[in-house]
Amino acid sequence: MLELLQKPWPWYVAGPLIGLTVPALLLIGNKALGISSSLRHVCAACMPAGIPFLTYNWRAEIWNLVFVLGVALGGFIGYQVMGHPDVVGISPETINDLKTELHLTDFSGLLPHELFSLDGLANWKGWFFLVFGGFLVGFGTRYAGGCTSGHAISGLSNLQWASLVAVIGFFAGGLLMTWVVYPMMF
Amino acid sequence: MKHFKYLVLGTLFGIILTKSEVISWFRIQEMFRFQAFHMYGVIGSAIVVGIISIQLIKRNRLKSIDGEEIKLADKKFNHGIWIGGFIFGVGWAITGACPGPLFAQLGSGVGAAAVMIVAALAGTWTYSALREKLPY
Repeated sequence: MLELLQKPWPWYVAGPLIGLTVPALLLIGNKALGISSSLRHVCAACMPAGIPFLTYNWRAEIWNLVFVLGVALGGFIGYQVMGHPDVVGISPETINDLKTELHLTDFSGLLPHELFSLDGLANWKGWFFLVFGGFLVGFGTRYAGGCTSGHAISGLSNLQWASLVAVIGFFAGGLLMTWVVYPMMF
Repeated sequence: MKHFKYLVLGTLFGIILTKSEVISWFRIQEMFRFQAFHMYGVIGSAIVVGIISIQLIKRNRLKSIDGEEIKLADKKFNHGIWIGGFIFGVGWAITGACPGPLFAQLGSGVGAAAVMIVAALAGTWTYSALREKLPY
């Protein structure tokens, strides 16, 4: 049992558990699952700057910030306490592609150190992957009114057509970056 | 203390995201290259379980533990849905993380996640400031 908890969980365990988070939030507090809203609440709390979209009673949404704090705590427990493999078990084809296209050599950890280290901020790669990438995540999710949790999981679970459009948009952007822009960049 | 239940559920959610490795940049690249079923299995089965759960809640008119009638707001369509979705998709392929995984990565000990979260806050703030000028 202990060993089972330590190993990475297969999709058919993790997926249904993620799905159950949707009814769990509804039943314990009538709340809709959505993570990217927390970014808006932090902006509203720390730097509203008279912007109408950031001027609202963010204190009524503290539950969302507490949930996100839990997600970070869960990252610590799931990785540091419960243990993890040194290398994420991705397919050999992906490793090969990343070696030849992106010139990656180090496949340890959750993200490639060659692209995501804090030292990387000394060159364009760090700024592109950390700062530009993060900026697009924050800008795009709010413009779309949700992220993978709010649209793909929560929205599609509630059979929302708008969420299907959003998810198609997510994939269109991701595929363009992966198949067109990455090969030109490196 | 009335928010403690959300801390517990958020922690469980973070553990699931972490143990299934969906917070890994490598997994997101594998997904966008269609080289494994893992991510599609996670997201797809989550949606199937979510659909069944919401149907059960609606058909049985279940109430929350506080006795409130459960209501889910509709997501209304506007052009921001696909424009913003596309922008987020590009960011997802770059950072290999959506907002939930960014927080889980930070907790797991990835220092770079802090920079990405600050950048995501800057992105959200910039959107908020430009909101009235953007197409919908």
